[in-house]
Formats: sequence, structure tokens, C-alpha cells
Amino acid sequence: MNPPLLQVKNLRIEFPTRRGILVAVDDISFDIAAGEVLGVVGESGAGKSLTGAAVIGLLEPPGRIAGGEIIFNGKRIDNLPFEEIRKIRGREIGAIFQDPLTSLNPLYTIGRQITETIETHLALTHAQARTRAIELLNEVGIPAADKRIDHYPHQFSGGMRQRVVISLALAANPKLIIADEPTTALDVSIQAQIITLLKKLGREHGTAVMLVTHDMGVIAETADRVAVMYAGRIAEIGPVADVIHHPQHPYTIGLMGAIPNVGDNNERLAQIDGSMPRLTAIPAGCAFNPRCTRRADVPNQRCTTERPGLLPAGMTQAACWLHAGQSGKRSEAENEKKSDENRKMVSV
Amino acid sequence: MNQKKSNILLDVRDVAKEFDVSKPWLNRIIERQDKQILKAVDGVSFTINRGETLSLVGESGCGKSTVARLVCGLYTPSRGSIHFDGVDMAEAEGDTLRKLRARFQMIFQDPYASLNQRWRVGKIIAEPILVHGLGKPGSALNKRVGELLTQVGLSPLDAEKFPHEFSGGQRQRVSIARALSSNPEFLVCDEPTSALDVSVQAQILNLMKDLQREFGLTYLFISHNLAVVSHISNRVGVMYLGRLVEVADTNRIFTMPLHPYTQMLQSAIPDLKMTGKQRTPVAGEVPNPLTPPTGCAFHPRCPHANERCKRERPEMIDHPEGGQVACHGVEEKRINMIKLAA
Repeated sequence: MNPPLLQVKNLRIEFPTRRGILVAVDDISFDIAAGEVLGVVGESGAGKSLTGAAVIGLLEPPGRIAGGEIIFNGKRIDNLPFEEIRKIRGREIGAIFQDPLTSLNPLYTIGRQITETIETHLALTHAQARTRAIELLNEVGIPAADKRIDHYPHQFSGGMRQRVVISLALAANPKLIIADEPTTALDVSIQAQIITLLKKLGREHGTAVMLVTHDMGVIAETADRVAVMYAGRIAEIGPVADVIHHPQHPYTIGLMGAIPNVGDNNERLAQIDGSMPRLTAIPAGCAFNPRCTRRADVPNQRCTTERPGLLPAGMTQAACWLHAGQSGKRSEAENEKKSDENRKMVSV
Repeated sequence: MNQKKSNILLDVRDVAKEFDVSKPWLNRIIERQDKQILKAVDGVSFTINRGETLSLVGESGCGKSTVARLVCGLYTPSRGSIHFDGVDMAEAEGDTLRKLRARFQMIFQDPYASLNQRWRVGKIIAEPILVHGLGKPGSALNKRVGELLTQVGLSPLDAEKFPHEFSGGQRQRVSIARALSSNPEFLVCDEPTSALDVSVQAQILNLMKDLQREFGLTYLFISHNLAVVSHISNRVGVMYLGRLVEVADTNRIFTMPLHPYTQMLQSAIPDLKMTGKQRTPVAGEVPNPLTPPTGCAFHPRCPHANERCKRERPEMIDHPEGGQVACHGVEEKRINMIKLAA
């Protein structure tokens, strides 16, 4: 089996403050295979965007990687000097951010911004770069791309701007794209267009995507696997269909119940009482334990004293002591088959 | 008046709101430009019965928030009338208006911007009571504030705190407590959960439903999230470019959307159940409201549009399946009904 494209091992992100060190991301590990879409979902403050920023080397000071490794394409990238990571960023790892207006420079035409990216990373002449830029704009569905290329960002609507940003991310044909809430600022009908586009381009270019979002619906439609984050840790990770239909971590179960669904005529939504802990006061043991309804089911108050690692649970892995008794029942081959099926299901 | 109390609490008739977005006078003269009028809301009519929840959905710029503000009296309509409990809001003045105003309140989207950060929560919640002369400062008022805080799931001790000490969801609870403090019958909620995380959103939606049952409240609920709307409302109105295109019972809207725009919104809802449902993303975007298309505003994006749609603006007509639709295609039975399993 090929080594995964991206491996994140025991990543820890800290923010030193006057009142001590805040741990925003605490010991998380996951990997992304080539061409795979990994969804990272969580509520605000769960550390999902920081994880994305760390992978692409855009962590803003005073935030810092305090531990762990990020291995991209067999090479460690978390400790590279600034100039080195700059070469990888854009060339091998592209990025799409939430607000398309702030990720484009308002003073330059979009053509100039795209050709600049192409020329920085690929050995092309200016004319070739421009042709490539027009191709890219056509590919992301911008009508009359040869004229629109000389327009400024303000002349585009929100959905069109996000398409431009996607074309920028794709400009140097990267192997991985970090998409941080790419559809959050868009209306539902535009959102559907952008998701369809991202899926199509990912498949055609064989680009892996790390899709960071708070919207489970977007994940369900796009991702192959999903990691659910809570208070800077991964609560559950697994194939998207399994996590959505048979969640194993009490937090994921609560989260799925809290999402209103068209056609469900429940009088009440399931609710998780309380709120996510502040970074200054993350509970000992499992971070979710004060809100967890199943805490009493685990013997010896283990939830409040000992932090659970990711344990095999059903078809997924969940960081929850409820699953401490289970051993990995499925063989590797079955796992492989299952995730293939999921991939097919999602790409329908 | 000996009139029997009608079941209709709010009656909005052909309301329009225009904003003058022209350049300054001198620029207009020099650049030889006409005045530019933005029709944010262009002839909207609906009614809300006592105790029910009507939701308005639509994409950004469709005028749904403007309707909320018109209903609350934050804007005066350019045309049309709004009757609250049989009284024309435009004609009510002085004491009548003040009494009327106490009977409806508003909850805003952003719980960070809508609370005064320099005031303690107790003062924020007590303000409507004092403004409407429903109480005087003192222990009775403090007790009432404590009650309100308990009702929304906070502690009476929280009255001493400042808004910044609360999380987003808790602040929205404070907004709700403030809205409830003048004992209103009617709440206008403008995207009350859009700024919140899903688990907090579930808490707030449950709270709103509980309060509705307990106090017999009537809601006008504004949202862009169809799943939230399907959960909370009895009836739904779909807006597009300043006009209502379809109004019907929640069940009918979601199982049998008639207007092509409603059908499009319907298919754009992310499919959480992963049934492999085919999504048909509709091409195009909402046109610029300064230069709305002629005829039916949706015709440039509509797969069923014909000459009549480009020429003639459709009016709201009752539909045999219930509710009203403004669409020539539906009227002429050109458009196939899509029946969706609930």
C-alpha cells in the first residue's frame, strides 16, 4: 500500500499568553491518501481551521506547532524554513478560504493574480501562463473567461469570486488542497454549484482535499472520510457514511441529532446541554465528559481521569472509553472494501 | 368596537419598501444619471394567525430581513399597509402605538452586536419593561428579570454579568429574555440561529418552541436555512427578489414544491441522509435588484420560462394543492409537479 499523501502525527498547537499556554489543538493524528477528500468538521473553537493552517504553514504567531510531525509526500514539512514552505505552498498544497473577497487582492485583475501564481511555480512564459489562466477560469465555470480575466474582483459576484479562488488554488496543479469553509459565505443555490465543482475537479485532477467546515451537509456530499473535532481533539474519525449513519462517539451522536432535517417531523431536536469548554478550562480526562450522557456507563470514572485515544468502534474510530472493551474486529481487507464502497456511494 | 377577535394577528397587504441609492445630487447632474431606486420589497402580502409560525426563506438580497424590519416598524413602508391585531400601524399614534409596540418584539441575528456591552444583563432585560411603563425599578423588577432568565435557561444570578461573559448561544438566550420581558404576543426573529453552532442552534430552536407552547407566542421567522425552517414553522413563504413566489403549509412546501424557485431551493439542500439523491444545481445567480428582470424575476434562471414569463409579472394565485403560487407555468399547468417523499 502506498504511504498516504499527508500524515499528521500527534500534532499539538499552542498559543502562549500572559496567563499561560493555551493548547488549541492537542495531540491529533490523521492522514489523507492521494485523491481522497477528508472532511474535518467541528463547532467553532474546535481547532479545525488551525489544523488546516498548520498543514499549509500559515499558523499566525503567537500560535505555534509545539509538538508532532506533519509529513507531506514522504517529507517532513512542519519544521521547514520559511522559504522552503513557500515553495510547497501554492505549488503542492493549494488553499481555499472562506471569504472570497478577502482572499483576492482588490487592486489587481484576477488574471494578474492567477498568472502570478502560475509563473511563480511553473516554468511558463507570460503568454503561456495567461492561456493557462483562461483555461483554468473556463474549467471552474466562469463564462467568457477570455474577457473576464481582465476584470477586478469587485466585478464578480460572491459565487464567481469563489470560483476564481478555486482556480487560483488549482493553478499549479497541487496534490492537496486545504479548503477552509469554502461554501460558508455563499447562498444555498451557489453552495450546491461550488460543491459540485470541487468534487468534479478533485476527481479529474486527482487532487486530495482537506475540507474544513462546520456544515455536516457539505461533508456528507463531498467527503470520503470525516474527522469530527471537539475541543482541539479528534472525537471520531471514519468513513463518512458510517460516521453519519452510525456515529459511535456520544458527541457525534448528539451533533447528528441536533441537525434539523427536512422531512423529519420531530417536535424537538436532540440537544447537547452546556457548551464547548473554553481553552483555558478543558476538563481532565475526556474533554466531552461534563456534557456526556453516557459518562455513568464507563466504570471507575475513567472519563474524568484518563484521556481516551482513538479506539476502534463499529466501522469508525472514536475517542471514547465506551469502546474500550472492543478490539478491532474487522480485518484490514474488509476495511479497504468498505471504504471503497463509501467512495462510490459519495461520488454518485 | 364589538368586532369578534379575529384569528389573524398580523395582516400585511401589498407592502413595498424602496430605498433611494442614487449618487449625490451634484454627481447625478454632472454624470447625467437618473435617480436610482432599489425596490427591496415589492408588493408582499401575507397573514399570520395567532399562535403559528410563518417563516420567510430566500437567498441574500431577497428582502426577507427588510420585511422583518417593516413589520417591526423599524422602516416605514413605501406602499401598502400592515395591520396588527386589526389596527393599521401607520395610523396608530401616541399611546395606542406605544401599547401596540409592547405587544411585539424582535430577536436579531448577531447576539454580539445586539446587546449593549456596557450594560449588565439585568439592565438589558429590564429596559423594555421600563420603556413600556410595565414596571418600576425595584425588587419586583429584579424578581421579574430573574424569572425571565430562568425561563430561557440561565440563572437569575447572571443578571449581574456583562454580555462578554457569555458564549454566543447564551447571549442569544439573553436576547430572547429581553424580547419576552414586555410580555409580547408576537416575535419577529431575524435569522436568530444563523450565527450559532449546530448544537447551540438546536438548544435555541428547542427553547423557542417551548416558549411558543407556554406563552402562545406567534413567530415571524426569517431564515435562509431550509432545514431549520422546515423544523420550526407551520407555514413557509419563499421570497425571490423582493416578492413572495410561494406561500403554503410547511408540509406542502417541502413535499410538493410548486414554484420552480422553490423546487430549486429544495434540491439545493445538502443531503445528510446520503440517499444518493440527484442534485440539480441551478445555473446562474440572483440578478442585481437595481435592474430586476422584466416579467417574472426568476425567468432568466427558470428552466420553464417562455415569452409570457418574460413579459408579464405573475400574481399570487390560490393553488388547488393548498397555498398560493406566483408562476405562469404552474397556472397553465406547464410545470410538472414534483412529489417528494417526506
